[in-house]
Amino acid sequence: MSPHLRWRKFVSGFMLTMTGVCALVSVSVLFLILGYLVYHGGTSISWNFFTKLPAPVGESGGGMANAIVGSGKLLLLATLFGVPIGFLGAIYLAEFSGGTTAFVVRYAADLLNGVPSIVIGMFAYSLAVLPFKHFSTLAGGFALGLMMIPITLRSTEEFLRAVPNALREASMALGASKWKTIISVIVPAAYRGILTAILLAFARVAGETAPLLFTALGNSFWSPGWNHPTASLPVMIFTYAIAPYDDWHRQAWAAGLVLLGLILVINIVARAILSRGIAVPRS
Amino acid sequence: MATTTTTVPSAGPIAGLRSFLSRLREGDEIARMITFLFAASVVLLTLLLVFVLWQGSVLPRHKFGFSFFRTSVWDPIFGQFGALPFIYGTLVTAAVSLFIAVPLGIGAAIFLAELAPPRISDTLEFFIDLLAAVPSVIFGVLGVFIVVPLMRQYIQPALKHSLGFLPLFQGPAYGIGFLTAGVVLAIMVIPYIISVSREVLLSVPRDQREAALSLGSTRWEATWRVVVPFARPGIFGSIFLALARALGETMAVTMVIGNTPIISASLFSPGYSIAAVIANELTEASSNLHYQSLIELGLVLFLLTFVLNGLARLLIVATSQRGRAMGHT
Repeated sequence: MSPHLRWRKFVSGFMLTMTGVCALVSVSVLFLILGYLVYHGGTSISWNFFTKLPAPVGESGGGMANAIVGSGKLLLLATLFGVPIGFLGAIYLAEFSGGTTAFVVRYAADLLNGVPSIVIGMFAYSLAVLPFKHFSTLAGGFALGLMMIPITLRSTEEFLRAVPNALREASMALGASKWKTIISVIVPAAYRGILTAILLAFARVAGETAPLLFTALGNSFWSPGWNHPTASLPVMIFTYAIAPYDDWHRQAWAAGLVLLGLILVINIVARAILSRGIAVPRS
Repeated sequence: MATTTTTVPSAGPIAGLRSFLSRLREGDEIARMITFLFAASVVLLTLLLVFVLWQGSVLPRHKFGFSFFRTSVWDPIFGQFGALPFIYGTLVTAAVSLFIAVPLGIGAAIFLAELAPPRISDTLEFFIDLLAAVPSVIFGVLGVFIVVPLMRQYIQPALKHSLGFLPLFQGPAYGIGFLTAGVVLAIMVIPYIISVSREVLLSVPRDQREAALSLGSTRWEATWRVVVPFARPGIFGSIFLALARALGETMAVTMVIGNTPIISASLFSPGYSIAAVIANELTEASSNLHYQSLIELGLVLFLLTFVLNGLARLLIVATSQRGRAMGHT
């Protein structure tokens, strides 16, 4: 073997090993994050964390029950606002629309998807907070729902399009009208994909903080209603992490662990549904 | 697809009307209209977003014009608003993040697409997807409690010691600042570079690799000189995507950048970014001009990400289509 060839082989082996190192480093970041959160957050999680209100500064103990409920309310609103628009819009795109309309809608959705979350928050602030002169859970739900629309829409459309045409034709040949075909044949055939899309959109907005800073704001107590500011897990994590109190830092770690755990579980479940790892009961 | 129509081919206007009425009775037209309303609302919301940003920033656009981007005095009390420190901070942190994330991300993507057996590649990709799902506030928490102390105690002194002759690595090591924000951003955008680059690399036709190998190139030469150049536009697309994401990132940056409007050549210096100043000041804007200046910053951010995302999509689609087209011939 000539020295030159030996050198080339060495370079090849070396560089390929380096790519492996790159992959290893990138993936290990995920486990480092998980490790730190479990290490710091695991010791701070207690029953109180889930059942108690935040304690005043200087008092130890307390929990984030109001933030957990607040996040739940915000996500419920977001789902109620974002999923119907995304889902029905996708049905229009996949089943009814012509080329131009579909292009415009898709383009708008992609545009919306790329908008930084802080700008979404700004938009929701000037639309749903300023005119009413107060922060509210509704405004927060609006901001998060807005972020759910493009993700739900684009993936649902893709899964609807993946349904074989033969199914559509068979249904119509039996005399079913188009909307009956959609409801009873096409959507059931694509339900795994649609469910995955909705779950992933949900997981994406569950951790969003920036849009909530201007809309749902925060609250140290129970939020009295939908029209009032509410605490939420991500905003709580932010305010507690940058505060100068050790006790709050521990709470922030615990909340981070809960939030990340929730998001990762939803992600894994969503992917498992798609790869047919889990049976989803059909209604 | 949506090509099945219920109209009779050679139908005149009357027959057309009749078929419309029958479709109406069966509910098809109603279903069509309802779903159309929802699809149209997506477009309307997007247009409204652009309108609100544009209309909301009238005052500073008229008052400051382009000097908004060139001056660096941000003074709510005297009504002077120049955005240069924020733009500088945003660009510098994004540049630092790409400097770290691009080599690491492309290296990892090459490993996943070219070397790893499919099962391992898919498993690793799964973890990368999970990493992409980690919310930014969590990165912020880790930044504040893990990366900042690490930077202050070890990395920044080491950089100062070895590369301190460069203006980039001078000044006191606070831990917070451009460099830390860039490092945290790098971790956040790596998954995007890896996932998209891997997809693009996988779409390179097999013959390309085989031709290079059969001509006697080593595995690395085939990868670096044939496969990567083929996929280059798509890889650039993934970098633009990552850049768009890095520019718009708010929480993690706000938590570690220091939130001080300083323009400094040193990466150790604390700074500020567009997204961070919006997050900190929007609800406490002292005057209409202050508020609208923040909206204008939002508009800048929106336009930047809009252009970058558009470019990225074009490049990625073009590359994978070329791969598919050549794979078939």
